[in-house]
Amino acid sequence: MDLSAISPTLLVASLMVAATPILLAAIGELVVEKSGVLNLGVEGMMIMGAISGFAAAVLTGSPMVGFLCAALGGAALSIIFAILTQYFLSNQVATGLALTLFGLGLSAMLGQSYVGIKPPVSAKLELPLISDIPVMGPILFSHDFTVYAALTLVAGVWWFLKYTRGGLILRAVGESHDAAHALGYKVVRVRILAIMFGGACAGLGGAALSLVRVPQWTEGMTAGSGWIALAIVVFASWKPARVLLGAYLFGGVAVLQLNLQAAGVSIPVEYLSMSPYLITIIVLVVMSANRSKLVLNAPAALGRVFHASR
Amino acid sequence: MLRLEKRPNPSKMWGYLAPVLAVIATMIGGGVMFALLGKDPFEAIRTIFYDPLFSEFAWYYRPQLLIKGAPLILIAIGLSMGFRAGIWNIGAEGQYIIGAICGAGAALAVYPFDSALIFPVMILCGAIGGFAWAMIPAILKTKFGTNEILVSLMLVYVAEQLLASMSLGLMKNPEGFGFPGSRNLQQYASAHNAELWAGSGIHLGVVFALIAVIFSYIMLARHQMGFHIRLTGESPKAAKFAGVNPNKLVIYCLGFSGALAGLAGMFEVAGPSGQISIDFNVGYGFTAIIVAFLGRLNPFGIMLAGLLMALTYIGGEIAQSSLGLPSAAIQAFQGMLLFFILALDMLTNFKIKLVNAEVRT
Amino acid sequence: MKLKSILAIALLAMTAATGTLADTTKVGFVYVGPVGDGGWTYEHDKGREAVVAAFGDKVETMYVESVPEGPDAERVMTDMALKGADLIFTTSFGYMDQTINVAAKFPNVKFEHATGYKQSDNVSVYSARFYEGRAVQGHIAGHMTKSNIVGYIGSFPIPEVIRGINAAYIHAKAVNPDVQFKIIWAYTWFDPTKEADAAKVLIEQGADVVLQHTDSTAPQAAAQAAGNVITFGQASDMAAYGPKPRVSSIIDNWGPYYIARTQAVMDGTWASTSTWDGIGAGMVGIGEITSAVPADVKASAEALRDSLADGSYHAFTGPLNKQDGSVWLKAGETAADYAGPEGLAEMGFYLEGLDSEVPN
Repeated sequence: MDLSAISPTLLVASLMVAATPILLAAIGELVVEKSGVLNLGVEGMMIMGAISGFAAAVLTGSPMVGFLCAALGGAALSIIFAILTQYFLSNQVATGLALTLFGLGLSAMLGQSYVGIKPPVSAKLELPLISDIPVMGPILFSHDFTVYAALTLVAGVWWFLKYTRGGLILRAVGESHDAAHALGYKVVRVRILAIMFGGACAGLGGAALSLVRVPQWTEGMTAGSGWIALAIVVFASWKPARVLLGAYLFGGVAVLQLNLQAAGVSIPVEYLSMSPYLITIIVLVVMSANRSKLVLNAPAALGRVFHASR
Repeated sequence: MLRLEKRPNPSKMWGYLAPVLAVIATMIGGGVMFALLGKDPFEAIRTIFYDPLFSEFAWYYRPQLLIKGAPLILIAIGLSMGFRAGIWNIGAEGQYIIGAICGAGAALAVYPFDSALIFPVMILCGAIGGFAWAMIPAILKTKFGTNEILVSLMLVYVAEQLLASMSLGLMKNPEGFGFPGSRNLQQYASAHNAELWAGSGIHLGVVFALIAVIFSYIMLARHQMGFHIRLTGESPKAAKFAGVNPNKLVIYCLGFSGALAGLAGMFEVAGPSGQISIDFNVGYGFTAIIVAFLGRLNPFGIMLAGLLMALTYIGGEIAQSSLGLPSAAIQAFQGMLLFFILALDMLTNFKIKLVNAEVRT
Repeated sequence: MKLKSILAIALLAMTAATGTLADTTKVGFVYVGPVGDGGWTYEHDKGREAVVAAFGDKVETMYVESVPEGPDAERVMTDMALKGADLIFTTSFGYMDQTINVAAKFPNVKFEHATGYKQSDNVSVYSARFYEGRAVQGHIAGHMTKSNIVGYIGSFPIPEVIRGINAAYIHAKAVNPDVQFKIIWAYTWFDPTKEADAAKVLIEQGADVVLQHTDSTAPQAAAQAAGNVITFGQASDMAAYGPKPRVSSIIDNWGPYYIARTQAVMDGTWASTSTWDGIGAGMVGIGEITSAVPADVKASAEALRDSLADGSYHAFTGPLNKQDGSVWLKAGETAADYAGPEGLAEMGFYLEGLDSEVPN
């Protein structure tokens, strides 16, 4: 056993990278859920983003175009969900599950000719001097841009929900679609936009996997990341800043587990791996035990079907 | 301008017609997809839908439909009770795993002791395991108001990790050359959930699925609990006035679905699957949610939906081996089928009306 | 009901018989992953393509990919047998009991189960001595490491993987007594994300050589991004990552075996066997050692490879002690394949010098 081999600095730096795909997907899903829609198809949208981004980056040679197409790919898939749940009033749980199934299948078909190809390299932020500062350098100033993009997005969503009129409308729709409708807000339109935003974010998260973290394309490569993103939203009790905390917790446990193993510590891997989920449940319980707080956070209309009768 | 208008009562006609239309639409959409992949669309569709039922080897495939469909139906029946009452257990996959672990654990604990009592005890353990796992979200919901969708979902991942731990540790076959996975229960006569008639596909899990269908039909139609479930689903307020205890309902619905999912897991591990292994669960718990909705939460509808789903799995495999279709195409095809069914389902509850744009307020 | 099942079995036998009479030989393949995994299943499918290339119109192959290990596998195999397959390759350890079950129902169909240990009259087993390739990798790794830390990504703690770790370790230590192995168990055969993370962690903890017993190229990409790290292709050549980080590879080469077994079925000479072939028979291929490796190291690695191939050297030759210091092989003694827990087939212990523990 050699715990000194684990560098806390590198641990934090690598957990930030590991957390980025799930952070992107989770912040998108948070907006979707805040609008009162539960989309369980995150996994499907992520993997669609992973392949669309990968294919576009390989074809154009530009990772930036790749990320753009990943967002479009994720959003395109989410439109199916939006149309089914908002216009055809289908059940959100079942539709989300079907979306995951469809996304996994479609992405694997699209990706058949991209197996074993190397994508263009996404540039890292390498600031001379600043990146070399001990501790702070590796943690704050030496990542590829997705890490910063994800953090910016989290801040943006926080600001949007808290300080803008649009955020207020979104929350109102998620609290009570009937009341929002009565006030003249376009419930369906707001929700569709939120769903597409969630799809785009999940797509970016998928591309962060296929273009940066892994980087390559293989079938089913998201391997459950989309479900973790769903867990993080709950863990965060629908607060953007806590989404960051949740993503770093889930990413951190994954990285820490590997670090402990490499250092020769015998750990029961399975029990460590289940801990973030158990923590999420505990957070949920604590949060819901305090009902006044719950009302403030959890969108009351989550998962309910809205149909304006007139 | 098209407009939706809610029907006062769900349409009977569309109730039958919508799924048929959805299957036809999927055949067209899927046919286009298969044609794009360079396969003969007619042959592909025939292979998926017709061959398992009527081809030369249908005598083998038909029983397989039962084997594949039974766990889906058993789980979906349990889930449908809660779904009707607005209680969302989406963690059946976890309850299925725990049921299998408990059922197999009971047998492995006494291996190689032979007794006619072992199998009934396994059934009991499987049901209790699934029930107990479902009680976690149930109690948290009744005590603290915690959202059961999320807790039950989280517990799926916990159960998967437990399964991995069991396959690699406690339940690992001591004669298995160090490979993960338990002893094969098919080779342990007292614990084997064998086919009741060889080659029929009918094992005890199939029988239980059928009983569950009939039981839940009678309960929903005749029993007070069924009435409470339906009432709560239609109008929670009315149910409150009628004296329905919502906490009791939560415990009942989650417990019932958990026990059935646990049973499904136990029958699977003792029969068709045979052993606890890391990849034991293949998504029945999630697919069953879709099956429940495809069957419109109606017991007999669920039975048909479960068989339809099994048909696409088995037909899909046949299409892979005989036509060389990639498995991804089959997955996308299934997804498409679900989309169409979910979309067209609307026609049973809503009328589409053509309205003049000017009338719009 | 009794009568019906007898009829069913008779029908099974008949269809199987007519299958053999036809002049094309039908060969089925059951895959555990997608053919696009770039590793394990990809190489088996290349073996299938080799069969098609060798026999042309005389064979008809069919395959089903991503088949879960369980009742689905049993159904897929039965389906293939019903469609007249003469020979079926089941390419994952987890298909073992299913293969035996289905084979019992179709006595005229031949089955070949990869990496298992259960045989019957119409079930052969076959596997490759990947540990011979690991010995070559260990040799190169021992020479090349500057930090004296070699990272190793394991899949599951099963004999095959433990053998590989031991083989790599003793050959690394033979040329570099200070070498240290850091081992991470990924508990998956194929999960690019996890493999990438594991490789990064090993590199962060000082490893400048990463060996992998998981099938994706993700560790190669991680090593490339990190810079001065070398890797070895696994299952498949992974030449896209050469000449560096990938400096060599272990290639699963199933083609020759699949062709030989298909030929045996055509000739009517097929018999149930247990095959465990290594570099010599061509089942384990050593990918080209690239220019990133100094010429003398390359030469000695190739000499090691050749001595393993012609049988003049066994990868596990004593004196070798177990991790706890007890004697496993005396000087000059070589390891037996089958000798209970002491034999290679069931190897569940580390050798002396490795400092982590085998998880259980």
